[in-house]
Amino acid sequence: MSVLSDITLRSNPELTLGQKIWQMNWGLVLLVLLLSAIGCAMLYSAANGNVEPWAERQAIRFGLGFVLMISVALIDIRLWFRLSYPFYFLALGLLVAVDVMGEIGMGAQRWIDLKFIQLQPSEVMKVALVLGLARYFHGVTYEDVGRPQYLLIPLLMVAAPAALVLKQPDLGTAVMLILVAGGLFFCAGVRIWKFLLVGAGALGVIPIVWQTLHEYQKARILTFLDPDTDPLGTGYHILQSKIALGSGGLFGKGYLQGSQSHLNFLPEKQTDFIFTMLGEEFGMVGGLALLGLYTLLFIYGFAIALRSRNHYGRLLAFGLTLNLFLYVFINVAMVMGLVPVVGVPLPLISYGGTAMLAVMISLGLVINVYVHRDLRIPRRGPRDQL
Amino acid sequence: MAERRKNADRNEEASRYKVFSRRALLFGGVQTLMLSALAGRMYYLQVLQSDQYSLLAEDNRINLRLLPPPRGRIIDRFGVPLAVNEQNYRVLIVEEQARDVDGTLALLDQVIEIDQRDIERIKRELGRKRGFVPITVQENLTWKQVSQLEVNAPDLPGVSIDVGQTRHYPYGAAMSHLVGYVGAVSERDLTGEPLLELPGFRIGKNGAEKMHENQLRGSAGASQVEVNAIGRIIKEVDRQEGAPGRDVVLTIDAGLQTYTHQRLMGERSASAVILDVQNGEVMALASTPSYDPTPFNTGLTGQQWSDLVNDPLSPLSNKAISGTYAPGSTFKMMVALAALEDGISASHQAWCPGHMTLGNHRFHCWKRYGHGWMGMHDAIEQSCDVYFYDIARKLGVDKIAAMSRRFGLGAPVGLDLPGERGGVIPTRDWKLAYMGEAWQGGETLVTAIGQGFVLTTPLQLAVMAARIANGGKAVVPRITRGILPGDAGPGQNAENPAELVQPQVLEFTELGVDPRHLEIVRAAMDGVVNGARGTARGSAIKIEGWEMAGKTGTSQVRRISAAERAAGVFKNEDLPWRRRDHALFVAYAPLAAPRYAVSVVVEHGGGGSTAAAPIARDLLVETQLRDPAGGQVLPKLAEALKAEG
Repeated sequence: MSVLSDITLRSNPELTLGQKIWQMNWGLVLLVLLLSAIGCAMLYSAANGNVEPWAERQAIRFGLGFVLMISVALIDIRLWFRLSYPFYFLALGLLVAVDVMGEIGMGAQRWIDLKFIQLQPSEVMKVALVLGLARYFHGVTYEDVGRPQYLLIPLLMVAAPAALVLKQPDLGTAVMLILVAGGLFFCAGVRIWKFLLVGAGALGVIPIVWQTLHEYQKARILTFLDPDTDPLGTGYHILQSKIALGSGGLFGKGYLQGSQSHLNFLPEKQTDFIFTMLGEEFGMVGGLALLGLYTLLFIYGFAIALRSRNHYGRLLAFGLTLNLFLYVFINVAMVMGLVPVVGVPLPLISYGGTAMLAVMISLGLVINVYVHRDLRIPRRGPRDQL
Repeated sequence: MAERRKNADRNEEASRYKVFSRRALLFGGVQTLMLSALAGRMYYLQVLQSDQYSLLAEDNRINLRLLPPPRGRIIDRFGVPLAVNEQNYRVLIVEEQARDVDGTLALLDQVIEIDQRDIERIKRELGRKRGFVPITVQENLTWKQVSQLEVNAPDLPGVSIDVGQTRHYPYGAAMSHLVGYVGAVSERDLTGEPLLELPGFRIGKNGAEKMHENQLRGSAGASQVEVNAIGRIIKEVDRQEGAPGRDVVLTIDAGLQTYTHQRLMGERSASAVILDVQNGEVMALASTPSYDPTPFNTGLTGQQWSDLVNDPLSPLSNKAISGTYAPGSTFKMMVALAALEDGISASHQAWCPGHMTLGNHRFHCWKRYGHGWMGMHDAIEQSCDVYFYDIARKLGVDKIAAMSRRFGLGAPVGLDLPGERGGVIPTRDWKLAYMGEAWQGGETLVTAIGQGFVLTTPLQLAVMAARIANGGKAVVPRITRGILPGDAGPGQNAENPAELVQPQVLEFTELGVDPRHLEIVRAAMDGVVNGARGTARGSAIKIEGWEMAGKTGTSQVRRISAAERAAGVFKNEDLPWRRRDHALFVAYAPLAAPRYAVSVVVEHGGGGSTAAAPIARDLLVETQLRDPAGGQVLPKLAEALKAEG
């Protein structure tokens, strides 16, 4: 039988490199290019119309990230399958490492200096956790998923990094890890009553968690609940962000014309608050357009997940897309004062190295799932050698 | 077997896929809802609330900067500037442009010499303020320093020279009691007017500067500037010019004032007032010692302040309006006028044996062995005390008090300067209310010679002299001639801006004193100076047509004991300065057509005739020489200058 007929028969097709490239989801790739172009344009504006210091570097990073994304997409999915656990433990190790370095170096530290990039293990973990959980749930039958003893290992896989990240302390990332894991648990078939149980338990635990939060984390949540109480302190960011968005109106003040952004009333406009600057300069129309592009990205991701013929690929694409969705939702909701100020960047737009790395790997894996959409992976793992 | 397992796997896979796709779609639905929430929020912020947030954004972006108006000048009646704004060159340093601040300051020190204290202050400010805010290194640079800095400018990055305005008082201490001074705004001065909250803003704290604060200040302009979040100015958006302060013209003749001040400087502590008897304009008003107004503007040191406050001669107090003295014999005109109005004839005679006994108390005349028979004219001319004891006993104190009040004594006369005091003219009711005791007959006698409870200010005495001289018109003294029009464009350049003030036509009420009575008193005052036995005959003006009339006064600051009187030890020269008598003199000139009235009080100067009368004479000569009230102002001045050589 020829390879081609294998594909047509959709039984574990082995693809050549050329075929893989042909199979890539080019619509998604174009969307990624478009979003990152918007990102560079906004960074150019954030620097008052200069490519320095952000836009140029971001473009170079994106170029490298793009190559990485394509590479990740083209590697055989079975290799990723096998690397899932090692990758997860590597990320966990890095988290422990920053924790230890933080202890030694006196004070909170969230990154490891790799000279060319300041690596934030928590960002890496967002990808690694999805890989690890997808790998785990791939090997568990629907029957077994209903059994509590089968949930012990994945719960530990979530709890360990979440605890380490919370200790950093990085509330935003911890929440994202837990939400992404929750989504994967849900779609892997964990019974709904268990979620209700956990939800009820979480409500009971909130007062205890509140006690363990740092003052600044408490302050952030309190200011979120009533930002007007402290207009010059923690509430300043939210208030200025809302002023910038509101004054942008329907059509915005025009590119490079945002007074809030360019006169520095808007904090962190090149990173967490870049959506605000876009909203100020391009108005609601611009903001909705960007959200529309993201929605398209999520639809691609979900469609790829639903289209995949292997459970690992499904869970991987779903988890990573959910992760991207949470990035976007939390960031946009934050700058509009809907959720507390937590340091979550806007994927492909915000300035930042590790986030770019994590996002490009995520997208590479999603494309990878699409490329290998018709490959079946047995529940107990691929038997053939690679 | 293998087939069954494969089938089971396939079924398993199918069920997993079913659950996954169902739940993933459910998730998709939830996510759609969440994204809709974001869109809804965007609509709320960017459409519904947009106007409000636009306002807030403008509020952020635009800062209002006040532009302080230049303060109006104070000029004398001839346009001579008494308080002006001077360019004040300051050297500023901007940290972010200077790069190496310490090095730059060291270089600056070589050029202009900076105090170590200043350097510490600059370092403190540098630490506190943002890098782009200019910090004052030194103020009041000389022109030489400015040019040296300009030459060295290339080596001094971040150093700039700024021109500010400071108040300058060309006449210094000679004018400080009139013009006053400006000083920093204190907490109490704040009225909500934003101008007052500008750093470095100065307001009038005393004298005319305080009286006319509102006119002198002007109104602030405003500049709308775009600023960024840390307050750096990006550009000016809009500018509204304010109105400069208006010039205030005083009635003072700066030359005469300077002369008066210098003439009084010969005494330890003295004051004098020169009035135009026709309209009450104050030609000069001096109180010595005086003080330099400039440090009040630039900031007094604690030492300077305590020196001024603790000085026993109280230089800060304007004694011409706030010093109260027993008028002594200058009060006798009031007693005489009260007597004449009460029907006592001018030809009434009294015998002066040198004292009068009332009850068991003996009231002395200044002349130990008495004047003999005295009429009213002689009694004023020779200042016989017993004569006035006699008529006062007939009158009672209340009639004397009523007459004195009509002539402006015992209450503030309403000069437009802060700090005027009222003094005391006692009556029976006053004593009962004030001291809770009944009036004693002897106190009437003491009052009749201007001693006891009677207290008057030098200004009041000048007003009294003026009202006697002008035939009973109730002139009110004033120091402000007028305020120049607000659009004082021409005023700043006119040869004599003071002429732009329309002289006010003032209607004064008549005192209702019989002109013949005034004529009697004036004739007696003529006799005081020009009569053969007048107490001030030594101080007569010998220039024809310029003669003056006046009245001496000597007021005791202590009681002379019987023992001292017996021993004859009451010569002032033998007493410590603090216990010597005050010397007073009131006068007017020229005799024939009185125009100027003067009062002089020399604290602890001894006798009125020896200490005060010569000063009054000199002042009236100088006044008539300058003739500030005359119509032909400039020719007169030129003449005077020629006469002085």
